[in-house]
Amino acid sequence: MNAIDFKQVQLDTEKLPIVRPTSSKWNGADYWGAFKVRWSVGRNTYSVPPGLYKLGDPSSNTPVMLTSNYKLSFDVLRRSLKGFDAWILVLDTKGVNVWCAAGKGTFGTQELIKRINQTELEKYVSYHKIIGPQLGAPGIAAHEVKKATGFKVEFGPVRASDMPDYIHNNFECTEPMRTVTFEIGDRLKLAPVEISNSIKYLLLLIVVFIGLSGITPTAYSIELIVPNGIKAIFILLVAYLAGAFFTPLFLPWLPSRMFSLKGVAMGIIGFSVLYLFKVIDFFWLQSLGWLFISISIASFLGMNFTGASTYTSLSGVKKEMAIFVPIQISMGVIGLITIIISKFIWL
Amino acid sequence: MTQFNYLKNVVTLKYDSSKCIGCGMCVTVCPHRVFKLDKKKASITNIDKCMECGACELNCITGAISVKKGVGCAAAVLNSYFNNGVVSCSCDSN
Repeated sequence: MNAIDFKQVQLDTEKLPIVRPTSSKWNGADYWGAFKVRWSVGRNTYSVPPGLYKLGDPSSNTPVMLTSNYKLSFDVLRRSLKGFDAWILVLDTKGVNVWCAAGKGTFGTQELIKRINQTELEKYVSYHKIIGPQLGAPGIAAHEVKKATGFKVEFGPVRASDMPDYIHNNFECTEPMRTVTFEIGDRLKLAPVEISNSIKYLLLLIVVFIGLSGITPTAYSIELIVPNGIKAIFILLVAYLAGAFFTPLFLPWLPSRMFSLKGVAMGIIGFSVLYLFKVIDFFWLQSLGWLFISISIASFLGMNFTGASTYTSLSGVKKEMAIFVPIQISMGVIGLITIIISKFIWL
Repeated sequence: MTQFNYLKNVVTLKYDSSKCIGCGMCVTVCPHRVFKLDKKKASITNIDKCMECGACELNCITGAISVKKGVGCAAAVLNSYFNNGVVSCSCDSN
């Protein structure tokens, strides 16, 4: 009998929507997790369960804040609400951040409607209003949500860090709160992901160029692999960082609006530094080959940073790729051939 | 604040002012402040700032705005060459 009763109780609690408690505090695991995902480690599985959360001690008059189930999005929101009580409604975006998920539509109208119904949100709040992040708007049609659920979606600030000011300002956004920026701090946060994501290309190039290091006009020299190979690794690493780190860092000051061309400029700068410090001191033909390789790498990685940037359009990216992908490929191939040829011409 | 401008004359954003009822949602949702509201009519201030996120079109009740929504991401475009031309974010497993 007891066992059956227990089962009955279990079923009943399962039927009720769960409200999970949370707080605005970050613990060690939150900081460590945030650090890891900035380096692209475990980013695809960094999520919290979707559903309704209560921060502090919310009442039926407390605002409902909306976010995605990427843990960093959720953590940044709850941290910004320090000192406030709030309901937090978390959508299932498969662990993707708000803006990217809104672009795909997983942070979307249908998911929000489903989540409002599933959590029985109307039982917890007396007014029917949800504050969503402005960057969720590419996925959420506010009028559709209103029609389907009666809940009005108001778009709050772009950055969660503006949440306290937004609340104190009677839930009104100022222009800066509505504007996406791309300051040096934002770019530095995103650069490690770029560095980590493209590391496989770098490793492949290193293997190829170590293989080429032993070539001489007469025979393949095992002894030359170490000195020439180290130099090759160094040049490749500089070109890699020029594209994946320094192009994002110096973005506003590099010439052209095209990221690929900014990458070219940074690749030339990186190469020039190595040349001035006599790391590159080869026969001129080989140096020229290395210049081509450096430009090709830095331009490609600079171009890839469009994905992390906050202001590039698909139409624009397609336009610059149509011009620069062929250039990057030909410079890479010409550079490689030039280096190989130069090794058969004895200095 | 650092001002960034991407390429000129490329975006697919189209706006038909005759359909505008002046609700101001486009002004609210645009992350690059492309729209402004004057005398109950929206207008485009700087079309080259548009990044084609699609927020305005989705939240325009009267269908006055259209834009070919997409992610401005070179890696996603590269992936689309191998994925039947579908351009979608590739930073995650989905």
